[in-house]
Amino acid sequence: MFNIKVESIEQLSMSKVIKIKRGLDINLLGAAEKIIKKADFAEYYAVKPTDFKGIRPKLVVKTGDKVKAGSPLFFDKYHPEVQFTSPVSGEITAINRGDRRVIEEVVIRSDTKIEYEKFSVENSKTLTRDEIISILLKSGLWPVIRQRPYSTIANPKDNPKSIFISAFDTTPLAPDMDFIVKEEATLFQKGIDILSRLTTGKIHLNLNADYPPAEAYTRAKGVQINYFTGPHPAGNVGVQINKIDPINKGDIIWYTYPQEIIAIGRLFEKGIYDVSKIIALTGSEVLHPVYLKIINGACIKSLLKNNIKAGENRFISGNVLTGTKILNQGFIGFYDNQVTIIPEGKYHEFFGWALPGIKKFSASRTFISWLMPHKKFKLDTNMHGGHRAFVMTNDYDKVFPMDIYPVHLIKAIMAEDIELMEKLGIYEVDEEDFALCEFVCTSKIDVQSIIRKGLDLARAEMS
Amino acid sequence: MKSLRGYLDKIKPKFEKGGKFEKFHSTFEAFESFMFVPDTVTTKGTHIRDANDMKRTMTVVVLALVPALLFGMWNVGNQHFLATGQEASFWQSFFTGFISVLPIIVVSYVVGLGIEFAFAQYRGHEVNEGFLVTGMLIPLVLPVDVPLWMVALATAFAVIIGKEVFGGTGMNIFNPALTARAFLFFAYPSYMSGNEVWTHGMIKGEGIIDSFTGATPLAEAAAGNIDKLPSVSDMFFGFIPGSIGETSTLAILIGAAILLFTGVGSARIMISTVVGGLVMGLILNIFAVNPYMEVPAYQHLMLGGFAFGAVFMATDPVSAAQTAKGKIIYGFLIGFLAILIRVLNPAYPEGMMLAILLMNVFAPLIDHYVIEANISKRLKRVKVQE
Repeated sequence: MFNIKVESIEQLSMSKVIKIKRGLDINLLGAAEKIIKKADFAEYYAVKPTDFKGIRPKLVVKTGDKVKAGSPLFFDKYHPEVQFTSPVSGEITAINRGDRRVIEEVVIRSDTKIEYEKFSVENSKTLTRDEIISILLKSGLWPVIRQRPYSTIANPKDNPKSIFISAFDTTPLAPDMDFIVKEEATLFQKGIDILSRLTTGKIHLNLNADYPPAEAYTRAKGVQINYFTGPHPAGNVGVQINKIDPINKGDIIWYTYPQEIIAIGRLFEKGIYDVSKIIALTGSEVLHPVYLKIINGACIKSLLKNNIKAGENRFISGNVLTGTKILNQGFIGFYDNQVTIIPEGKYHEFFGWALPGIKKFSASRTFISWLMPHKKFKLDTNMHGGHRAFVMTNDYDKVFPMDIYPVHLIKAIMAEDIELMEKLGIYEVDEEDFALCEFVCTSKIDVQSIIRKGLDLARAEMS
Repeated sequence: MKSLRGYLDKIKPKFEKGGKFEKFHSTFEAFESFMFVPDTVTTKGTHIRDANDMKRTMTVVVLALVPALLFGMWNVGNQHFLATGQEASFWQSFFTGFISVLPIIVVSYVVGLGIEFAFAQYRGHEVNEGFLVTGMLIPLVLPVDVPLWMVALATAFAVIIGKEVFGGTGMNIFNPALTARAFLFFAYPSYMSGNEVWTHGMIKGEGIIDSFTGATPLAEAAAGNIDKLPSVSDMFFGFIPGSIGETSTLAILIGAAILLFTGVGSARIMISTVVGGLVMGLILNIFAVNPYMEVPAYQHLMLGGFAFGAVFMATDPVSAAQTAKGKIIYGFLIGFLAILIRVLNPAYPEGMMLAILLMNVFAPLIDHYVIEANISKRLKRVKVQE
């Protein structure tokens, strides 16, 4: 124990420690116990085009087709080289469409034994940048690299000024990313080596200064290690970019996450598209919250078997702030490391706004619950109030740590004033950076949707 | 509770689109959501939401006003019995104040909420909770013997001209409660100044003893009678004539503590307003050429509506500056100008109201410069890189 501490202090002194002051940690019930279980066999898998911002999917398969793990399912009409491939081998059983026939899910019934497409990755140490990119594109692993601004899949033709890796997650009930990568140090380093050939700039590996980080991180070579401390959103890559290497108009930064880097390492080690990952099964409505080893895109039905409390629940792929609502037989999102299950909040509360509120969580101290700062809360999906005009101007600032004026940026977006949005820093932000603003908003404004609209507007203007 | 819920669910369809009482949808919504927090759940964005909403926030502000209100009621009675030279118990004083203040509160709420409901109905909006606070602020900044029709007129003016013409809650430029007071101040100056209106019963003049003038400390100070100022402790605790809720600095400080502790009020504005007032007070002390300018700076904070304005009026989130830096500048200038107007302009004994309204006008300008600084910082970053 003592040794670890000394080592971490040494490393701390060698790197920057950046303190995030404004933010909010939401303590919820149902954090995953540090046990990794192998999940039961999931029969169905899906790739969801809706997980990828700004793409227009063009299918290359139809129902009944046989695919292997790594076989293309669809590509992006705007960037045909960016392919999306099947996580498992099996048969395409459904192509589910939503409003206006938008493709929502490409569903695959998995074989019990997975067959893989082979990608030639011999002499991975001598591969050129173009060869690396072409393998990543062909295998379908390229989409794990995203870019700021806009949080879209990176454009392979760009040369980013740096690559950011947020190696810890500060969202509510977040999986412990240090725990997850513990056994995979070699593949993680392999992934970093591959990434380092994609940029002429630095690779920033951002760690949490509040505890000794995993050795897979601290021993990583070829990276600039930065330490962050403070409440959520300290783990948001957007906040980290803003503090270390802020984005100006025209700049492009790529970012990705530890498990994705491990998948890259695995691809270049074994030549297969193996997107196994560890997710945390969390939330107050899970009987035994644990970590599960799964393959990306798995249907959650078999993962949750006999492990859910009765009642009407909300199933979320991701965390409670930015995750996607899915069905109880829905699929884990491409970028998600977590499934959260909380109760739905469809009830009327008699004079709820006037009650002392022992069980209610608020960033303000308007409820008695502030007396218990360490209490863990069981929160549901109730809005706790109706939509109102914008009144409280203090609230967003308290949870938004960037040097940007959130209220003014939001108003610029609502006015669709693209020039003003640029001036106020639209390129530096993403929906997830505003999730806390949305959470605390007393007027119950859908802040994240507004930011997405702003990003889409700015992106349309630039292209 | 359940039967009430059942009844509401039964009549609800009549108020929805196509229903018999469709026109009264927002009125129904207001009453329903007052009694029951709605059962709506999140659909996009964050799946959980903070338990705090506009109703809760506004309730906290009203709660913070209660100490000033209760003390104000007692002090109205207290001043009345001082004026008539009668001995009165605590409860006699309080009850006398209570029955003279209550009608003002009722008129303010009934008129204001009536107009708010009508506008919400007309626009098809939900009724905003902002008036819950405004409706309480208006009585507290008025003299106790103001005629009720004036209260009604001022409230209507504040809500319609001060708020609704700009688009309703959240869009107004001026603090609505101060708009009401300013309206009366300029429309009926003879009522809103002078010595009689501040003490209950003085206008009628029955049974008032000769030695009681009813002059507020501010009026005495403006007249140059610095020696007639009450003791510091009287001013701090509020045993002085004045607007209903403004006299007791202590009661206002309790309110300030509630606002700051819950995180509802802006500490930046409150503190910078006080600092601004102190700075101006000290400047006046240094260059003092008359007795008023010699009044110690700290005493200014307890005179007139300074404390009440700093805690409850300047901090109105809608009409104040909205950026953190802007709030500091905004507050400082309010305090600074309030004392300047108060001491150096004999026409307006109360500078706080005018200072806040003036800074309401300048708040967007202050924000503009703060934002411009942020923008040019961002632009500079690009240039450094190139």
